[in-house]
Amino acid sequence: MIWDWEYAIDVLPALAEASLVTLAATFWGFFFALIIGLVLALLRRSQIWLIRASTGFFVEFVRSTPLLVQLYLLYFGLPQIGITMTPFTVGVIGLAVHVGAYISEVYRAGLDNVPAGQLEAATALNFDSYRRMMFIILPQAIPPIIPALDNYLVLMFKDTSLLSAIAVVEMLQLAKILGSESFRFLEPMTIVGVFFIVMSLLAASGIRYVEARVGRGST
Amino acid sequence: MDNVLNYVPELIEATAITIQLTLAIIIVAFVAALVAGSARLSRWRIVRLVAGIYVEVFRGASALIILFWIYYALPFFGVSLDAYMAAVIGLGLNSGAYGAEIVRGAILAVPKGQYEAATALNFTSLQRLRYVILPQAIVMMMPPFGNKCVEILKATSLVSLITLTDLTARGKQLATITFQPIEVFLIVLVIYFVIASIISFVMRRLEAALARNVGRRVVA
Repeated sequence: MIWDWEYAIDVLPALAEASLVTLAATFWGFFFALIIGLVLALLRRSQIWLIRASTGFFVEFVRSTPLLVQLYLLYFGLPQIGITMTPFTVGVIGLAVHVGAYISEVYRAGLDNVPAGQLEAATALNFDSYRRMMFIILPQAIPPIIPALDNYLVLMFKDTSLLSAIAVVEMLQLAKILGSESFRFLEPMTIVGVFFIVMSLLAASGIRYVEARVGRGST
Repeated sequence: MDNVLNYVPELIEATAITIQLTLAIIIVAFVAALVAGSARLSRWRIVRLVAGIYVEVFRGASALIILFWIYYALPFFGVSLDAYMAAVIGLGLNSGAYGAEIVRGAILAVPKGQYEAATALNFTSLQRLRYVILPQAIVMMMPPFGNKCVEILKATSLVSLITLTDLTARGKQLATITFQPIEVFLIVLVIYFVIASIISFVMRRLEAALARNVGRRVVA
């Protein structure tokens, strides 16, 4: 028998503990990605051309380059300019910026879909630009895009495995450590793989449920 | 910065591996996507089931986990692939699983009347697929495939974690040697960005060409 149940059960508790790191990175990464995405989307609508253009370029640049290199830039680069943070914090920042750039496009679609008349009406009612955004535009722009955001939560969850490359002991990194200690990679790696597949499937069915509820089911 | 620029030729050299990998993975992914995507619409339940399991497993686990599993765990089944093969197969099948959903969606999006018309004209099911359905479906597949190719380019950076010396791996080495990680990694990112822009450009041209192709067929 290739598969060693005893060893598999042996490593299970440690991997379960590491899954908390994976989930925490997903949660915080997504939390900040939602904020960063909104800020980027709003900057892209700025009245100043330079801000619009440079934000657009930044989003495109982040989306077109590997997350792993972005994480390296932060992890090895920040100490060069005198900033030291824990690997976990660096990882969350990297994930948040990367996925935030993707999410900004989703927000943009939501903002573009608010009819122009809404803005004009708010202006006619003498709302200032902050109130227009907070009370008129955003409450209409955000709810329709919530189902689309869920997909990025799943993406973020899968991307947390890259934190293993910058010394965050999440599940994959732990599986690698356990494997190299015992020379048995099969069990820990397979457990991690199964965990990710099951979580992704659960998330996907959760998303389908939400989409059906919101009435924007995929065609 | 001067001293870092001296290393640019070395980075460009490593870029060759990255580009080579990207192309190999695109080919594997494209074939896997076409096969699995069509199989998911098969008449036979067992074919649909197998294709469905493939898609869920290879999409559900992250690219890096698949890569590690093939590289570290698969040898326990007596299958030892070198890092390059592991990368091409692992990342190819991972992207192929996403691609399969694109193929499936595109085939389903071809209007039903097209099937009926082809059937009415006495086309066999293979002729129908080859001359009527696929030419239209491929046009719809192209924009998401273009994005997928950029995703594949980005995913190749993961091979540095299974000992291959691609652009990312070389950048990491140089960052350590020069003690200037910010400069080195920024250059690496710019190189990736340039390649990604080229891929997007080529894919858009291809997309336009294929769309014209279908247009001509419709007129004729």
